[in-house]
Amino acid sequence: MRRRVAVARRPAIIAVLLLFALFGLPALLSLYYIDALTQVAVYSMVAAALGVLAGRVGLISLGQVAVLAVGAWVAARLLFATTQPYPVILVEAGLITMVAGMLIGLPALRLRGLYLALITLMLAGAITVILASLNFPNGGHGFSGYNGALVNIPPIRRPSIASGDPAYYRYSVIIAAIMFLLVLAHIRTRPGRAWAAIRQSEPAALAAGINTTLYKLWALALASFITGVAGGVLAGAVHYLYSIDFPTQNSIILLAVVLMGGVYSLWGAVVAAVLYQFLPALLQNWGVSADWLTILFGIGVLQVLTTAPAGLADQVPKDLAKLGRLLLRLTRRPQPAEPAAAVPTETSGVSGGGGAA
Amino acid sequence: MIEVSGLTVRYGGVTSLDDMSLTFQAGTCGLIGPNGAGKTTFFNVLSGFVRPAAGTVRAFGDDLLAMAHFRRARWGVRRTFQTEQAISELSVFDNVAMVHEHSRLGGSSRRKDVLDAISFVGLDADPDAQVRTLGAGQRRLVEVARAVVGRPKLVLLDEPAAGLPDEETSHLGDVIRRIPEHTQALTILVDHDMSLVSACCETTAVLDFGKLIASGPTAAVLRNDDVIRAYLGVA
Repeated sequence: MRRRVAVARRPAIIAVLLLFALFGLPALLSLYYIDALTQVAVYSMVAAALGVLAGRVGLISLGQVAVLAVGAWVAARLLFATTQPYPVILVEAGLITMVAGMLIGLPALRLRGLYLALITLMLAGAITVILASLNFPNGGHGFSGYNGALVNIPPIRRPSIASGDPAYYRYSVIIAAIMFLLVLAHIRTRPGRAWAAIRQSEPAALAAGINTTLYKLWALALASFITGVAGGVLAGAVHYLYSIDFPTQNSIILLAVVLMGGVYSLWGAVVAAVLYQFLPALLQNWGVSADWLTILFGIGVLQVLTTAPAGLADQVPKDLAKLGRLLLRLTRRPQPAEPAAAVPTETSGVSGGGGAA
Repeated sequence: MIEVSGLTVRYGGVTSLDDMSLTFQAGTCGLIGPNGAGKTTFFNVLSGFVRPAAGTVRAFGDDLLAMAHFRRARWGVRRTFQTEQAISELSVFDNVAMVHEHSRLGGSSRRKDVLDAISFVGLDADPDAQVRTLGAGQRRLVEVARAVVGRPKLVLLDEPAAGLPDEETSHLGDVIRRIPEHTQALTILVDHDMSLVSACCETTAVLDFGKLIASGPTAAVLRNDDVIRAYLGVA
């Protein structure tokens, strides 16, 4: 009964949070933090995509940042070359990245676990090398769109309705929300069920009539599309792209934070993006070296893997609910007058407290 | 009817199935034999996980071995595994519906067919409950429901009663016995529980070291000297 009420309330809670993210946060925070939040929006999409692969299908990819770089490259190239509206560019970047991501993911059709992770890491490294020699487009001509002799490098454009930082932040949140809906639409339907079967056991999935190759490719396509769109949003956010912004090891850190946030829920993707992009901004503002984060993430992953396989997005609300019940019990304890009835009253107080929480 | 002829499977130097030729008639057939006799290998050939070195399998007139493995479920092969395969994070309904989703049947009858299958196996649980919240016996029934939903032609049950208490085994036996008349599917039961096999199967085949050593009516097969020798050693 309580669960049903919670389920019915959920869309309302999400709507309120989304409205707060769109209008509340930009009013409260400085431009520095708004820019950091734009990055959070971008990386929440990447984290959600990685969550589909790792959490839903069980494919561990260590190359997602390279896929993001491909998306950013394609979007930047198209933004310099054409005057198409920004949403069209985003879809195109998503689709082209989808093809590239599926090629990178082809080994996933044969490999799993450590070997797949290694192969995707190597391929990500290869992409990093290619991008370093190709360079990101800076308004030049030709296939690469790069001109090393250019003095006044034009910034990568943003949509006309979102040229300022707060407006562009809102724009990114809306794109991220659309991508989250896209993931949700997959998880709740046929592909989501097929992925769950594949993750549990491939032979059993085959025996249930699931074309595992098709559904794995589908997951790769979806994840790459979303990551490509995220790359397109990133291109407009930063105005200037450099290959050193996409080091191969960032894919490893990304997987770590995605595991910490929680691979089984979309909240986990948001938590992961906050850890990955907002926390460093916070530390930098406080004058603490961001290198400490590597240690923090290491401890965090250890913590999550040992105590909360579903990540912080699952663990924190549960622990908070427990804490709430505990506090409620502590505040109610003095009430019963007769000591003999103390024990049964206390237990009923626990369940009542849960209902109220 | 399933006609198996000259079926041979080799893993490296080991011959897991050695020139197996057998015809399964409609109804429930038992397939027994000591550990390593080739029973699961036979199921894996039918499911398409193992490619035989030689032999053919004709199932209801179709060449089963020519079909891609995931298409066999669509054609009508269903199976359970020795290890539990119900998907823990999905609901009972979704577990069964997923198999229906990938069968020949359309979506219009899905809800009814799925609920039918759940009630057929006598699963006393909320269809919306997550499988992870169920007990071991109930999860086993979910797997059987997955195997019988829609219109299967061939149901393969690989040690479905392993590890279950007697009461649940006897319930499972009742369910298995009713599968052929409920679904018109030919059912093959692999199990080490001889009382379950004799209760469910009119006919039984016995494998030993990949060779078919006996087949026929269950009662006669279980009295066969070769079978007793295979199970208990030299008499």
